Amino acid sequence: MSLADGVRGDLKLTGLHKRYPNGFVAVQSLDLVIPQGSFFALLGPSGCGKTTTLRMVAGLEDVTKGSIHIGDQEITHAKPYKRPVNTVFQNYALFPHLTIAENVSFGPKRRGIKDPKDSVKEILALTELTEQASKKPTQLSGGQQQRVALARALINRPDVLLLDEPLGALDLKLRRAMQVELKRIQEEVGLTFVHVTHDQEEAMTMADTVAVMNEGRIEQLGAPYELYTNPHTTFVANFLGRTNLIKGTVVGREGSGADEVVKVDMYGTVASIKASRVHTDAKEGWIGIRPEKVLIQPEGTSIDAPGASLPGAVVTDVSYIGVSTDYTIRMPWGQEITCFEQNTGRRGGLIPVGTKVDVSWRPEFAFLLDSAQDAEAGIVEED
Amino acid sequence: MEALQRVFGKNSAYWLIGPAAVWLAVFFAFPMLSLLSTSLSDPSGSPIYGYTMTWELQNYVEAVGDYWPYMVRSLWYAGIATLLCLILGYTLAYAIAFKAGRWKNVMLVLVVAPFFTSFLVRTLSWKLILADNGWLVESLKWLHVLGEDGRLLATPFAVIMGLTYNFLPFMILPLYTSLEKIDPRLNEAAADLYSTPWQRFTKVIWPLSLPGVVGGTLLTFIPASGDYINSDLLGNPNTQMVGNKIQTLFTDASDYPHAAALSVILMVLIVGMVLFYVRRAGTEDLL
Repeated sequence: MSLADGVRGDLKLTGLHKRYPNGFVAVQSLDLVIPQGSFFALLGPSGCGKTTTLRMVAGLEDVTKGSIHIGDQEITHAKPYKRPVNTVFQNYALFPHLTIAENVSFGPKRRGIKDPKDSVKEILALTELTEQASKKPTQLSGGQQQRVALARALINRPDVLLLDEPLGALDLKLRRAMQVELKRIQEEVGLTFVHVTHDQEEAMTMADTVAVMNEGRIEQLGAPYELYTNPHTTFVANFLGRTNLIKGTVVGREGSGADEVVKVDMYGTVASIKASRVHTDAKEGWIGIRPEKVLIQPEGTSIDAPGASLPGAVVTDVSYIGVSTDYTIRMPWGQEITCFEQNTGRRGGLIPVGTKVDVSWRPEFAFLLDSAQDAEAGIVEED
Repeated sequence: MEALQRVFGKNSAYWLIGPAAVWLAVFFAFPMLSLLSTSLSDPSGSPIYGYTMTWELQNYVEAVGDYWPYMVRSLWYAGIATLLCLILGYTLAYAIAFKAGRWKNVMLVLVVAPFFTSFLVRTLSWKLILADNGWLVESLKWLHVLGEDGRLLATPFAVIMGLTYNFLPFMILPLYTSLEKIDPRLNEAAADLYSTPWQRFTKVIWPLSLPGVVGGTLLTFIPASGDYINSDLLGNPNTQMVGNKIQTLFTDASDYPHAAALSVILMVLIVGMVLFYVRRAGTEDLL
């Protein structure tokens, strides 16, 4: 089944700007094209402007400057009830006085469809709510209510479906299940989904394209793999997963084209970083390496990695997670870095605290960021 | 709860109900029985020497036959006043609940402020405002809204206006309580689902405010239909309501049995109407 019939188009935000009467600028001249039929995530911490952006697209918030188009149709100042856009609200906002079937048929009825029984049936089947049709919202569980909110929006076959932290109110287990569910439904109906979330794992597992927002701007936009492996700023590096950032000085370049590498001196050891992963022109930079890319081995044994290895590090903390082990390692220059190691059993035990280790990584996994940026930017406390 | 049980034993619930039950028995049930018995007594007795209960059903027949126009007028005036209160009260309660912002509490206090002076005094002051030679009537005459011998006082208009004025707070408060509970995001959701502002009101806000509408109309209609002060002070002999008739039968005519019969009829009528109304509105859980 495909709901995405007829001529639609990409969602295009041009110079979109939001300034509240109290002077707070929530969204700063945002330019963004969201291709038709894609699953797009706006990811960022609270207050980054992602929800405001979504509400402007829905028409629930006035636009200060800029424009919003769907295909060739401009909707910047259209009334919310005249936009081909529907929203799944954060706390669902289901109508408490109506049954599930009535909630779902609310949109079609306002658009003049007298008896939308068949499409209601179809959408309730898609969202596995057929048995709940005559219940009231308060009689349903959180996950079921979430699906009603989705069905109520989907039945209208909007050009763009907006999801505002749709899984935020669910517990972790249900959230993971619903992520898979949402993704399946999006693939089935083929509509454009714009998903706002602060949960990086949620954004990465579901979206084709993720835009990381910070302070009203888009920091970086790309496929989850691209964002994670090649972040352009310390904010993105820290907000998506964890990163070790080590100070380095550029000492030269080698090779050309795709093979070009930048040589960076890191407290006496020279590391090679692919030029496509270098995001600063300055002499100084942050060398970034993800903890799971860091390899360690007790002093004297060989490390399975090409290139230089750093001697003289000491394990200062070991935390065993089961599937993996987190090591905290003090480097010779005093900085502590993190290493996640899969417990494949190859090592046959844990490396005890105090062990001297050599540290290395494959050069293709490292990236170089602007040293003027805050190394702590985007670090979030686990909730 | 445990502490209560230690003091009163297992039946603490009965102890808690006790004082109110005794109070109601003395001050509600007993007078009610007395009223019923008086309404069925021989009217040839007198308040001084007492009445004999003789199952005098004729009192009811006579009360209805003689005084039904007052009954109809009462329900009619109270109905109009309730409708006016609903229109005025709903808009105000809506504004307080959704638009007042930090002025919310100030506005609520202002709604209740009239209660700081007595009902009687406030109604009397309307008598002055609406007086034949008062500034209001003079101004309206000058504007040709009222004719040369036109008046406001002692008209049905003044009585209905008085009822509306006096019972408006009883409408606003339950309406406000209902409206204030509505999540404003439901309004956004309805807008997102293609509802015009009017549809948002009729399909979402109004149905969700129904408990307040029912509560408010009952609290307005019931006392308004039994009221006699407004008609007494602001009306004329042709605007007399059933409350006025009951009052004169008790005080001037000393005809207790007919007054009591009329009271009982009014009570039964109102309870019947309320039950029907609440059923129709689908808000039985209010009762």
